[in-house]
Amino acid sequence: MVNIFEVNETNKMIDQEHLDVRTITMGISLMDCIDSDPGRLNEKIRARITQAAGKLVETGEIIEREYGIPIVNKRISVTPVSIVGASACRTPEDFVEIARTLDACAKEVGVNFIGGYSALVANGISRADDLLMDSIPEALAVTERVCSSVAVGTTKGGINMDAVRKMGLVIRAAAERTAAQDGIGCAKLVVFCNAVEDNPFMAGAFHGLTEPDTVIHVGVSGPGVVREALKSCRGQNFEQLCETIKKTAFKITRVGQLVALEASERLQVPFGILDLSLAPTPAVGDSVADILKEIGVEHPGAPGTTAALALLNDQVKKGGLMASSFVGGLSGAFIPVSEDQGMIEAVEAGALTLEKLEAMTCVCSVGLDMIAVPGKTSAATISGIIADEMAIGMINQKTTAVRLIPAIGKDVGDSVEFGGLLGHAPIMPVNSFDCSRFVSRGGRIPAPVHSFKN
Amino acid sequence: MQKVIITVVGQDTVGIIAKVCTYLAEHHVNILDISQTIVDSYFNMMMIADISASEAPVGEIQEALAALGEEIGVVIHVQLEEIFQKMHRI
Repeated sequence: MVNIFEVNETNKMIDQEHLDVRTITMGISLMDCIDSDPGRLNEKIRARITQAAGKLVETGEIIEREYGIPIVNKRISVTPVSIVGASACRTPEDFVEIARTLDACAKEVGVNFIGGYSALVANGISRADDLLMDSIPEALAVTERVCSSVAVGTTKGGINMDAVRKMGLVIRAAAERTAAQDGIGCAKLVVFCNAVEDNPFMAGAFHGLTEPDTVIHVGVSGPGVVREALKSCRGQNFEQLCETIKKTAFKITRVGQLVALEASERLQVPFGILDLSLAPTPAVGDSVADILKEIGVEHPGAPGTTAALALLNDQVKKGGLMASSFVGGLSGAFIPVSEDQGMIEAVEAGALTLEKLEAMTCVCSVGLDMIAVPGKTSAATISGIIADEMAIGMINQKTTAVRLIPAIGKDVGDSVEFGGLLGHAPIMPVNSFDCSRFVSRGGRIPAPVHSFKN
Repeated sequence: MQKVIITVVGQDTVGIIAKVCTYLAEHHVNILDISQTIVDSYFNMMMIADISASEAPVGEIQEALAALGEEIGVVIHVQLEEIFQKMHRI
């Protein structure tokens, strides 16, 4: 039987160290909604989502109460909309209409985000993909809860530079279209290399084509718990440090696994995967940056940061893998800037630059995330940053992503404010040398060689 | 058997255990184990109890005990045991 110290340890993690289940995400296939008539398509989507996810939020809340563990978000991911809408949509406006339907469904069932307004264009852009990409700025401006992602590269297929160039323009357009709200459209838009089909985290979640009709994915979190545990091994060597991270990750993940199985059983929906990510929030004490500081760097960005992050990411996986029957999604430490108070402080202190963040993304999940850049940053420069990040993912066989927010009318020294989980961000300087000749070449970067690894 | 963990934390005072146990007895909740310590001068009690004979669902017991806790000036949580088992046992 459990003893009082174990019970107290668990409850201290929940009450004081922000242990929570970050999200229960229901993946819903919209393949059976496909129709050549836009009106009928939207009607079928509405019926499908509200029927499948009608009890999602309520069930999440019951589990939350019975076990005493906060489940912060309940979310939905759907089949990439460029596929679902390919038959019906003739114009970008037709796609925007689907975004409106998704937003209405999200509000009706009470989820805070719905992901899957997506296109998979790593090997080429179809007519529907092109329309969807054109519609993204408007779709994200007229909806509140819809999240969008575009996958532009893979390790096996290379990088579609036409899509990279286009996404630079789309990101700028989305920022301009939502300039009055500090470019919040861009906070809901991710560009991926090696996108995964079972990711429960937003803004990049979509329901992959290899997934079943409906599925439950769960994302666990708990950077605060890891940081508290590491306080007990100050001054100790790396072996003890790594052992502590692994044990803590195991405990956190077991809670996620329990919640995932309960949700799956109560909703009568198959369990997909558990995503072992350390996902920060802007709340004080819920920070991945604070773990890096506890490991021993003054601020993230100081020399040693990449190594510290690499070991953290690896130990979280090692501890978490044994605690769950199916691990998937992104699984790693997230390093968003605006969503992590410690990262924000590091930028403000001058310790953390865009270039160092890029290096950090080589060893962790996922990429350049929630970074505000000056409003004058050109579309070509944004595309160049995307291309660099995609190349890291392609060569290293990992998922990488870019979620940049050009702050229209603002510059270094200003900040943007989104509120809630999305937080606020100081605007970071961007290398101002030109890359437009590179970006405008057009075509694709071929897939890399899979041998001769150096 | 459906086991719950009841934790009571707060300023020590006369009759905390009595009041909690009275509520549990009245609602046919069987106590399997009790342990208690004082941590930093705070009263800290944990009970393992079986609620399968109780007609009240776990949500109702949670609310009633939370209200009782407020009356006495302590914090009472009721949680299904599995979360602790899963976290601390392989």
